[in-house]
Amino acid sequence: MPSNETLRAMHRQMVRIRLFEETIQQCYFEGKLPAFDIAAGPVPGEMHLAAGQEPVAAGVCAHLRPSDTVTATHRPHHVALAHGMDMRRMAAEIFGKDTGLGHGKGGHMHLFDPATNFGCSGIIAEGMPGAVGAALAARKQGRDDIAVSFFGEGAANQGAFHESLNLAAVWKVGVVFVCEDNDWAISVPKAKSTAIASNADRAAAYGMPGVLIPDNDPVAVYEAAGEAVARARRGGGPSLIEVKTQRLLGHFEGDPQLYRTAEEMERLKATDALHIFERRLVDTGVLAEADAAEAWTAARAEVDDAIGFARTSPYPQPSDALLHVFA
Amino acid sequence: MTVETKRLLTTSKAISEAIAQEMERDPSVFAMGEDIGTYGGIFGATEGLLAKFGPERVMDTPISETGFIGAATGAAIAGMRPIVELMFVDFFGVAMDQIYNHMAKIHYESGGNVKVPVVLTTAIGGGYSDGAQHSQTLYGLFAHLPGMKIVVPSTPYDAKGLMISAIRDDNPVLYMFHKGVMGLGWMTPNPRATGHVPEEPYAIPIGKADVKRQGKDVTIVTLSLMVHRALDAAEDLAREGIDAEVIDLRSVIPLDREAIIESVRKTHRLLVVDEDYRSFGLTGEVITSVVEGAFDHLDVPPARLAYPDVPIPYSRPLEQFCLPNRETIAAAARQLVV
Repeated sequence: MPSNETLRAMHRQMVRIRLFEETIQQCYFEGKLPAFDIAAGPVPGEMHLAAGQEPVAAGVCAHLRPSDTVTATHRPHHVALAHGMDMRRMAAEIFGKDTGLGHGKGGHMHLFDPATNFGCSGIIAEGMPGAVGAALAARKQGRDDIAVSFFGEGAANQGAFHESLNLAAVWKVGVVFVCEDNDWAISVPKAKSTAIASNADRAAAYGMPGVLIPDNDPVAVYEAAGEAVARARRGGGPSLIEVKTQRLLGHFEGDPQLYRTAEEMERLKATDALHIFERRLVDTGVLAEADAAEAWTAARAEVDDAIGFARTSPYPQPSDALLHVFA
Repeated sequence: MTVETKRLLTTSKAISEAIAQEMERDPSVFAMGEDIGTYGGIFGATEGLLAKFGPERVMDTPISETGFIGAATGAAIAGMRPIVELMFVDFFGVAMDQIYNHMAKIHYESGGNVKVPVVLTTAIGGGYSDGAQHSQTLYGLFAHLPGMKIVVPSTPYDAKGLMISAIRDDNPVLYMFHKGVMGLGWMTPNPRATGHVPEEPYAIPIGKADVKRQGKDVTIVTLSLMVHRALDAAEDLAREGIDAEVIDLRSVIPLDREAIIESVRKTHRLLVVDEDYRSFGLTGEVITSVVEGAFDHLDVPPARLAYPDVPIPYSRPLEQFCLPNRETIAAAARQLVV
């Protein structure tokens, strides 16, 4: 069981992620309405937000340090923030500004941060092999750092998933594979895409432990991740954790979600893990009502500061597009 | 009196020597790939390394190119300098996302904050009836995608110096060796696949072409095994009084356009010879560079001799019909000069 201090820290983490995602959503629609134009506004392009998936990021990353490598997906913000990415430079990258992590060359699906050893990929499952390589490098360099690979349930049917699990197991390197099962691969539900109910069962095919967290509970994620991270750090090899999480929003912003029923949307609201977790911490006396409110206030200020930084930062020089192809 | 003896190596031995010397110098260098350990690489590029450095630094991998090529990228970002082998370039299809969407793009996407120093070695080329999936060269395809340097050595000397440069480079470098230049005992004998290689380490800069034969009448721009064929053709042409200059590109990315243009300014005639597919590839790029940079110096329209736009056939007469050779190169050059 995490300490009360850890529980409060996880709560704060989830709150700042939620507010960040909600604020990015507002920024995203600026200039895009009434007729939706994906190329318009201060945040152009596709936008995949992770509201609802905060428990996975907060529960896993609570065990990590910046020297651990983390790879994430096209929906990376929650993981990046939980692993300690600078919110200002991250927001600036999303706004395409010169002060962004990649000087505006990457965008929201391509956030790379040497300070926290974070990277992500817009190609399903293809961020996973890199995590295996990072763990291999740590072993070769005599470090007990590990790598965590976040991916969606849709990725578990890609070859890169299976190759990565096998390779990590054959090499016995310190990788924690974290499947964020939000049940939807854009519009295709897991039941129609995946031959078995739980991807955690697939761990057995590669001789590694597999754990299913059935309810998007940050505490359960924290405990499972704690074991897996400790195993990886002590040279015990890889593990797989699958969390049944929730995608509160569309696949991308502007997704009409016609494939989801009204009942599901209602159920999502009623089972929002952040609110359930906050209520539980307050009810059990871990978190005072005032401290809960303070977490939201502090996060609001942090997010507003980061978005303000992004808005007021300069764009790169257009011809900077020609830089950085080669080192 | 001193007798000067030259140290002769095959290209494959020159490559493995370069890797070994860099592994001795830099503990972050390691090699991995299919059959690169116990076997020594199907084409000998890693021969002897396992015995010297052990299985942690010379790793046989499963047949899992997406997995281990992606792992090389991850390890490079984390501070290692992996040399990873794609056994035949034709196998790129099972791992191309890792190569062009990850290895090649991450430095750019990161705005220069993340370096990816991987050497991706791969065997290219046909001429020995290995069929459509084991005989292509494909450097034109990779060169079209920004973010990777590409070297294609033709001699043992260049192979060693370019491997050392590739390993020391902070970018992903695709190192393509033609099976026919490796000096393997089980390929058609090729005297040009053995040559002088100094024992001490040396670097050949990536992006610099090399004039393999000086000439004044016609410039033949080529690379890899076709350098050998062009030199053979140049010998035949010389007997007819045609003095051909043979330029070995050695690198495709960056392409040494200046060396090409300089030569054409001297000879006023250009023939590009390529084992890669004819259309949308290297021959077109070289000719365009000359049209842009030395159009007024051309006495006749530039010519090219390349692989026709067909998959590579198995049967010997079919494949040999498609490949440029000594005779067809000489004939094409002759046509430019008369």
